[in-house]
Amino acid sequence: MSSILFAVARVAAEAGHGGAGEAGGSMIDPMHQFRIERIIPLNVFGLDASFTNASLWMLIAVGLIAAFLTYSMRGRALVPTRTQSVAELAYEFVADMVHHSAGSEGMRFFPFVFTLFVFILVCNMLGMVPYSFTVTSHIIVTFALAAFIFIGVTVIGFAKHGAGFLKFFVPSGVPAVMLVLLVPIELISYLTRPMSLSVRLFANMMAGHTMLKVFGGFVVGLGFIGGWAPLAFMVVFSGLEVLIAFLQAYVFAVLTCLYLNDALHMH
Amino acid sequence: MDPAAAKLIGAGLASIALVGAGVGIGIIFGNYLSGALRNPSAAQGQFANLLLGFALAEATGLFGLVVALIILFVF
Repeated sequence: MSSILFAVARVAAEAGHGGAGEAGGSMIDPMHQFRIERIIPLNVFGLDASFTNASLWMLIAVGLIAAFLTYSMRGRALVPTRTQSVAELAYEFVADMVHHSAGSEGMRFFPFVFTLFVFILVCNMLGMVPYSFTVTSHIIVTFALAAFIFIGVTVIGFAKHGAGFLKFFVPSGVPAVMLVLLVPIELISYLTRPMSLSVRLFANMMAGHTMLKVFGGFVVGLGFIGGWAPLAFMVVFSGLEVLIAFLQAYVFAVLTCLYLNDALHMH
Repeated sequence: MDPAAAKLIGAGLASIALVGAGVGIGIIFGNYLSGALRNPSAAQGQFANLLLGFALAEATGLFGLVVALIILFVF
């Protein structure tokens, strides 16, 4: 995986910068799929608040989620139908995750974590549709989510424990000499949480889609004779990307629950 | 040195961070497998921790990849 991603960075560089000079113009540009395009230009108090393709796909994700959940729970049967049991599966999956990580106090935040998980999951999965746009492959989207979670969790920590929340950075049973070194380390690792949370999702999505585009270019470039090998790899890798889409949504939600647990219960 | 060449070399060097990702993921899955082969009934309970550990290990490698992409496409 690391060697393949190593090659991706190289080919992406060549594609990005060598494309202009190539005769024939069939050089792949894997970065073009991440371009934001305005669909309805809007200007609000001098700020560019256009309705872009990212906004469109976020609306599609929200619409799909709302439509599926309301439609599947329409019957409210005690013994669920097939579609209702899919919705109940999703509910139970997230409820178990929240309860396991954050305890019964954390169940207050279950609606938020469920929304977060399902939104990121559907956004990631919509990116697997050919010719679509992956909303979560932009750092600003993932950073907005991660910043919201980080600020929210810190506020919850201070609201619950008051100034005593600062004791979170001072682990118990540590000799005072080591505290001088340990507290800054704990503080810095706490402050890098939004960065790591957002970059993890962003880098996975962007690297995955860049690789898909690059190998797609190989399929076309090698033609009818040699194109079968990259095509086979692309089939397998698309399957891996679907798995990673689910996994990254799950990891984002689990880490949110763990941070909530830290704020509520302080180790 | 030509800035474009320096960019490419810098991006290549930054991608070396992915070695750490590969080693870390291998260690996590290897330990999970050896534990699961010793105690198969307990393996399913730790599957969630396995996925979490995998994602965290991969993330640190991808931070290096992000630096490489920033060098290539922002500067």
